[in-house]
Amino acid sequence: MQPYEGGGADSRALSRRDLLKRAGIVGVAAAAPTAAMAPEAAPVRPRERLEALTAAEAETVEAMVDRLIPSDASGPGAAEGRVTRYIDRALGGELAPLRASYSDGLAAVDAYAQSRFGDRFADLNEAQQDAVLTAMEQNVATGFAGGSRAFFELVREHCLQGMFGDPVHGGNEDFAGWDLIGFPGVKLSFGAAEQQMDVIVVPAHKSTADFPIFKGGRKGARDEH
Amino acid sequence: MSTRAKEADVVVIGLGAGGGTAVLPLARAGLEVVGLEAGGRFSVRDFHADEIRNDIRNWLGRAKVNDEVPTQRRTAAEDSVPAIAPGRMMNAVGGTSIHWTCQSWRLMPWNFNQRSDTIRRYGAGALPAGSTLTDWPLDYEELEPYYDKVEFLHGVSGKAGNLSGVIDPSGNVFEGPRDREYPLPPLRRTGFTEFMADAARRLGWHPFAGPSAIRSQPYNGLNACEYHGFCTWGGCHVDAKGSTNLTAIPMAEKTRNLKIVEGARAIEITVDRDGKANGVRYLKGRKEHFQPAKAVLLAGYTYENTRLLLLSASSAFPNGLSNNHGQVGRHYLAHVRAGANGVIPGRRLNRFSGTASQWTAVDDWDSDFFDHTSLGFTGGGTMSATMEAKPIGAARTTPPSIPRWGSAWKAWLKENAISVASAATQINVAPYEDIFLDLDPTTKDPDGFPVVRVTNDLKENERRAALFVQGKCMDWLREAGASEVWPVAPSSPSVQTHAYGGTRMGDDPAVDVTDRWCFSHEVPNLGVLGASNFPTSGGRNPTETVMALAWRTADHLVDEWEAITG
Repeated sequence: MQPYEGGGADSRALSRRDLLKRAGIVGVAAAAPTAAMAPEAAPVRPRERLEALTAAEAETVEAMVDRLIPSDASGPGAAEGRVTRYIDRALGGELAPLRASYSDGLAAVDAYAQSRFGDRFADLNEAQQDAVLTAMEQNVATGFAGGSRAFFELVREHCLQGMFGDPVHGGNEDFAGWDLIGFPGVKLSFGAAEQQMDVIVVPAHKSTADFPIFKGGRKGARDEH
Repeated sequence: MSTRAKEADVVVIGLGAGGGTAVLPLARAGLEVVGLEAGGRFSVRDFHADEIRNDIRNWLGRAKVNDEVPTQRRTAAEDSVPAIAPGRMMNAVGGTSIHWTCQSWRLMPWNFNQRSDTIRRYGAGALPAGSTLTDWPLDYEELEPYYDKVEFLHGVSGKAGNLSGVIDPSGNVFEGPRDREYPLPPLRRTGFTEFMADAARRLGWHPFAGPSAIRSQPYNGLNACEYHGFCTWGGCHVDAKGSTNLTAIPMAEKTRNLKIVEGARAIEITVDRDGKANGVRYLKGRKEHFQPAKAVLLAGYTYENTRLLLLSASSAFPNGLSNNHGQVGRHYLAHVRAGANGVIPGRRLNRFSGTASQWTAVDDWDSDFFDHTSLGFTGGGTMSATMEAKPIGAARTTPPSIPRWGSAWKAWLKENAISVASAATQINVAPYEDIFLDLDPTTKDPDGFPVVRVTNDLKENERRAALFVQGKCMDWLREAGASEVWPVAPSSPSVQTHAYGGTRMGDDPAVDVTDRWCFSHEVPNLGVLGASNFPTSGGRNPTETVMALAWRTADHLVDEWEAITG
């Protein structure tokens, strides 16, 4: 077993806002890159408009998922994987019924962060953020309708979906999640040799969207007949 | 105002595993059949390799089932809440036979006689307390020819362990006798399935390649498996699965005796003045239609079969169709699942491909294949170790010894996700007095009809059985070399795809909704297809039994046409 190096010291060199910027998730309200930010900036990805979340909400989500799946010694995390983009798109589409739960929950996260540490969640340090998330997970954070654990589990589940789901939904950028766990990506066929133990299956780095046979299907909605 | 169609001989509500099978013998017999199907026709273009679309959002269920998920509660004293529905059926021509895993089982002979066998071996005191357990009204031998028909229709892949009484240890030594070998050999064995088979043999168990309705070789012009790894909750991108839209339905359409109405949501089975079924009201879009017929086969999923009967009240049946004995919705049960995970340190298991129908099964701890004296339960369950791990699921599969998020969690996944082995069981469940389905008093579907309410709790017999077999799953993983093994707790009763009863079959009209042929005791020309007929669950997947029973019911309708419809 490889010794586990906790903490991920290399990621500490980057501020949260830098990570946000790299991930292209800074909201409309956040200023465009300035000259002052330029020197340390890694390639800045093109920035999409948010589809469901407000800029402030997106910052809170980004800060949460960044602690749930940190960028650290074991590789890229939720920021590089564009997990917030996944959540934002989902809330503007398939998960629209949960939009209100996010508004309420994120407001409660910030209110709890404020009451405990005197600042909104995104502006706390990492230890403080972890303390808030731990309190939520243990269902002892106050101010959440339905309990803090329920909202924690909702965000955690969507974080996993965004990090490890198919990139076609907006997350798992550059297959960051799949590479982390050794998932080889979408292939239309696996040979016998690839199903043996201890074989290293070369990552395909393909999404379902990369295959023409999966295009042109039905919409599938109710009353589509 | 509804549009009235020309009278059919038979109208079938739902063209999935049950209805999609029954239409073949009906159409071949020359009967004019109309199939009402809520979904449409899908093709491989719709079967994306996408865990979010398939496993999480159940895209294939958008036409209907996703909008009518039952509510649930533990006891009749509680208010119902929306069910967390990790597994759902789907709507399409072919129904859930499109997105099933295809583990294609015959039930064990013991499952048909659980009650009488338990009393004979252990005494009446061994029956689960509070249960309404009965024997099935037929035995394994009676269903065997229909299992055979289904296996040869789809090209089921497997290895016989009991050919007319001759035991072959390379197959399942516990199975009931079969008349002939499977049509196709088992799906490809993998490093992991053989690794787990070896461990089971070291424990003195009898592992085998589990049977699958995914074709290991081309069969009757149908394709073979490509092992791509997105089979469960998705359709097959090469049409290699045992789905009725690839077999029985097109064969029935070829006779020109089957007409399919897509997008048809049945809302009522109607009766004439004599109390016989005479047709089905359905919605297509917002418009209402009426399909008259001489016989009606209700072939929705378990929840929908009970729901449509309860929604079909009339003066002859004021409490719902075929419910004058108050049994519709009773004797409901659902599989209890349990298992364990373990880390095989330093080994790449390569389970991120293939199908969960590529698996090693063990039946040593199912049925009455072991002595239950002083164990405190009856039954057990089959155990399985499968391929087809998917990435989001893998990210959820971490031991309780590590945090559930953060750097330590992430580092654990990086180190171990490729090395996680799983063993799982599905426990045979008995029916109970206080477990049932009815209509929810407040929650409705988008058409305004109440959804089903499930009242279900985990009973002691099933809890003990689940913990017992879970222990065997842990033993199995430890023998395989797992350094850390953690249990998956017995599932709470949930709304799921292995649900049974509500229209139980049996010989006693006072407690059984359907007879030994799955026709209503109260409405002679109304047949019911599906696992809603099952008196017990069995400790394994239901679909092949659903198909076999449906074929048998259809044959019975053909054979007794005059008596049933006259």
